[in-house]
Amino acid sequence: MAKMKTNNEYSYMDSVHRDGRIWNLSMMVLLMAFPVVVGLIFSAMPDWAAVGKGLLATAPMYWAVGVIETITYIPMLGAGGSYLSFVTGNISNLKLPCALNALENAEVKAQSEEGEIISTIAIAVSSIVTTLIIIIGVILIVPLTPILSSETLKPAFDQMLPALFGGLGVVFVSKNVKLAIAPVLLMLILFIFVPALNAGTVGIMVPVGVVFTIVYARIIYKRGWL
Amino acid sequence: MEFSVNHPILFLLVGVIITAVLAQSAYFLVKSVKRARVLGMDMTKIRKTIVTAAIFTVAPAVSIVIAVISLSQSLGIALPWLRLSVVGSLSYEAIAAANAASGMGMKLSDLVGNMTASAYVTIMIVMTVSIMVGIWLVPLLAKKIQSGLVSFEKKDKKWSDTLQNALFIGMISAFVGYVFCDLSRLWLAQDGVYVNGDGEVFSATSGLIPVLVMVVAAVIMALCGLMMKLFKWKWLNDYALPISMVLGMLSAIPLTALLGG
Repeated sequence: MAKMKTNNEYSYMDSVHRDGRIWNLSMMVLLMAFPVVVGLIFSAMPDWAAVGKGLLATAPMYWAVGVIETITYIPMLGAGGSYLSFVTGNISNLKLPCALNALENAEVKAQSEEGEIISTIAIAVSSIVTTLIIIIGVILIVPLTPILSSETLKPAFDQMLPALFGGLGVVFVSKNVKLAIAPVLLMLILFIFVPALNAGTVGIMVPVGVVFTIVYARIIYKRGWL
Repeated sequence: MEFSVNHPILFLLVGVIITAVLAQSAYFLVKSVKRARVLGMDMTKIRKTIVTAAIFTVAPAVSIVIAVISLSQSLGIALPWLRLSVVGSLSYEAIAAANAASGMGMKLSDLVGNMTASAYVTIMIVMTVSIMVGIWLVPLLAKKIQSGLVSFEKKDKKWSDTLQNALFIGMISAFVGYVFCDLSRLWLAQDGVYVNGDGEVFSATSGLIPVLVMVVAAVIMALCGLMMKLFKWKWLNDYALPISMVLGMLSAIPLTALLGG
């Protein structure tokens, strides 16, 4: 019986990977087709020299960051959550906190099959709601623009990340004080005293924080301090 | 056909892609819920996960709408709608579009009202190709990484749990650090005014705003935890994060008025 359950679990995870691959590669083709179709409809060729220059200025950094982000986020997002998140984007500021909160509330481990299900559900719902809200925003863009761009509300939306990580941080840090103390201190020192570190570079610092915390965790785990 | 950044055909094409994105999300949602039933998971827990995720998403999604509005001034509505619904983020899209415009010897602002179809396609290609990594890399790596984690768990369960916590803490620590990144304005400012490298002017105390917003959100989250324990309000568990986030964001309004932007 236990053997049968194991086989079922593997076949479910296999099907997640199979379906995820089909979806993501299809989405990639669809996204790449968009500029081609627009060019064909409006009989317009891209300025290839400008494409080359633009890619040279943009792609190397974002590809490097993209590779590191992919490796960093997959273990946290789970399989289904990864396939979805890397299509819908806004991972660190929305999908991952949403999945973390769901795992915490459901009291399941991320690596268990229940965790895989909970995080995929949270990320799928978050993706659907985000997409629908953006659609509503696009439809109502004329009346919404003066409200959402108002000087009164601007400070609130400017501070979304500090508000999000204040709530999320207090839960995770308080439950893992020994594990959190060194990485939090390191990041505080780096972000306060290195001028190059700011909102634009926080994405690059996530893998740095993760690698540092893993190494630190391994050391204190081996020494029995946890 | 005459081109315009808000041509109906662009909305139609973007609509097709957005529908596919919605279909992928719905597919994985249904697949996971079905699997939860097969495993005999508590369906109340599943319903709570759905409701909480939906509520939690509202505020960040509205901030994405603001990013669409911001980019729409130079690129029209259709392209920012697509780019911010699929993969993108405001900071990335603005940089990619600016680099593509620079490749054409222009600034993005030069293209407002003057966007040709060729310039539009050029910008689209740069934006799309530069951000594609995750979409094709996840199919290549996800199974290997997940299998590696499963074998880790079998070898040493305690270390596997610690590793998972370390991943989350590492990510959170980077964002906690980021909240303090403008604190140095306190001692770098001259006569209470700080000017950054781009010539933007800020008050010396403006770097305290994100720190205090984070503290407000953390205190509210802690209070929610306290109330859950004291009054046995278990329901609050599902809403604590959205409540702390929204109240934290709202606290930024008086804090900015007090400390200066």
